[in-house]
Amino acid sequence: MFWKSKRETVKSLEEMTRRRSQWRDVMGRLFRNKTGFVGLCICAILIILVVFAPVFTSYNPLKQSVPERFLYPSSEHIFGTDDFGRDLWARILYGGRISLLIAFIAVIISTVGAIILGSCAGYFGGAVDQIITRVMDVMMSIPGLLLAIAISSALGAGLVNTALAIAIPGIAPGARIIRSTVMSIKDCEYVEAAKASGSKNFRLIMIHIIPNCIAPLIVNATLSIGGNIMAISGLSFIGLGVQAPTPEWGAILSTGKTYLRDFWPLVFFPALFIMLTILGFNLFGDALRDALDPRLKD
Amino acid sequence: MLRYILKRVLWVIPVMLGVVIIVFTITYLTPGDPVMTILGSGYTPERYAAKAAELGLDKGYFGQLVAYIWNIITRLDFGKSYNSNIPIVQEFAARYPISVSIGLLSCMLIAIIGLPLGILSAVKQYSVLDYSLTTLALIFAAIPSFVLSILGLVIFGVKLGWLPVSGLDSFKSWILPVLANTLPGVAGIMRMTRTTMLEVIRQDYIRTARSKGLKESVILRKHALKNCLIPLVTIFGGMIAHTTAGSIIVENIFNIRGMGTYLYSAILARDYPVINGCVLLIAFVVCVMNLLVDITYAFIDPRIRSQYEKKRVTRKKITTTKAEVA
Repeated sequence: MFWKSKRETVKSLEEMTRRRSQWRDVMGRLFRNKTGFVGLCICAILIILVVFAPVFTSYNPLKQSVPERFLYPSSEHIFGTDDFGRDLWARILYGGRISLLIAFIAVIISTVGAIILGSCAGYFGGAVDQIITRVMDVMMSIPGLLLAIAISSALGAGLVNTALAIAIPGIAPGARIIRSTVMSIKDCEYVEAAKASGSKNFRLIMIHIIPNCIAPLIVNATLSIGGNIMAISGLSFIGLGVQAPTPEWGAILSTGKTYLRDFWPLVFFPALFIMLTILGFNLFGDALRDALDPRLKD
Repeated sequence: MLRYILKRVLWVIPVMLGVVIIVFTITYLTPGDPVMTILGSGYTPERYAAKAAELGLDKGYFGQLVAYIWNIITRLDFGKSYNSNIPIVQEFAARYPISVSIGLLSCMLIAIIGLPLGILSAVKQYSVLDYSLTTLALIFAAIPSFVLSILGLVIFGVKLGWLPVSGLDSFKSWILPVLANTLPGVAGIMRMTRTTMLEVIRQDYIRTARSKGLKESVILRKHALKNCLIPLVTIFGGMIAHTTAGSIIVENIFNIRGMGTYLYSAILARDYPVINGCVLLIAFVVCVMNLLVDITYAFIDPRIRSQYEKKRVTRKKITTTKAEVA
């Protein structure tokens, strides 16, 4: 009897100590979070709708048809038509491509910039850190949207320019987060071990330090997508972002404003999609933060 | 303490210098020749040279930059608008107070509504009230201010006709623009208050206070709220700076002659001195607010204050022990 129970104990101990991947832990926590799951669903549906736009609509978002102007939603045009008789559902879908594409490009640019500046400041310290932090201080004292407006009025309209204009103000806050994370990691033993075994600075940062900053990076990126969508639509709304006739949510809304008195769909639907996107990414980002860092969970 | 404040005040200078350089460089590198734009069809080489000299554009990059900074420091002269030829400072004097008063009103409302709601939702965590408040906050945080303004404009201005849709002539006309600024802010402040409050409430000294048998209201007011102040002061400082800058979108929709509309018309007309001036003024206000926030920290948080008052504190201790001995 004794040996059996002992073996059982050993087995359960083995089970207990078996290495569970951290990734699975995080995923488990993420999917248990109901609001986060709702956010993930909203984002997934939106991305599918937008990427496979031709599957979901047969209309061309740019094709004008004067007799079909200002049609209310019907079975033929499920969101109605706009001031040039273009199908609004198609314009929303194709417009979402532009909005989301710019938001993602901007997030990538600002994340890469933040990684470079933040890791240099955190890793090297001293004068490098001083200079980078001071420049970041300066950048942060100009309100984000204002800096984006100034940059985009200097660069001119267009997809890449808008993405740049939105990305640059996002660099400073991201760099701050990475700097503090790098500073807490760089004195870990495994970094010293890597250094002792002859790793060069670049390799140390890229292979040993950055992967361990990935959690705050992902959270920051997800949460800033919502803000980026808001900034893009704001820029287009005041006429600086994407130019007509390219469909973009903020631009559609801006034209809709003119006809608002008598025709509501042109404002309602783009506003709804902007809202849903921001809501989705915010919910998902909050859940990600809770899942990646359980200490922060309420 | 005084040394700390002085150091912090002096720090504003290099930051502002950095902002001037960044903003000036952005507009300097912009393609397009302002002199040509101003002269238009009246272009002759002589006129061009005269106008360029008048605007100081005949100098190189550094010459222009130094002249720009020098004029601002010595004469508070931001230059003139390319389009209307009116000095920018004059426009600031007329427009900034309008944006500031809308912004301050909004901030006050945000504090009055957002703080209590955030505390309430933290205290009653996981209740129906908490869920509905956090859901509402999430939704309002996701609505861009231009959507909110347009909705308000159509529903209360056009369809119901209760409130005027443009200008700032009567008391009623302030309601919509202030609300359009307030609601997204309330959502943000509420969420922030809730999370900081929850963090504080879970700490040991709150449990101690509870086990001492203190009333819940006393615990909240005297123990919890004070420790929430630091993150909230930071956010409020930033918020005041940003809302008093005037929202381009809200001011445009409601046709208010504030900083936002000024900047907007300057952007459309590529009126670079105006863009520079507006960004500089707003960045300066942000700097000053950050400064005030840092100084407020030192006053409300004894932990921070003691870092700068170590000498005095130790001296005090010595004198008291001496008194005790005597």
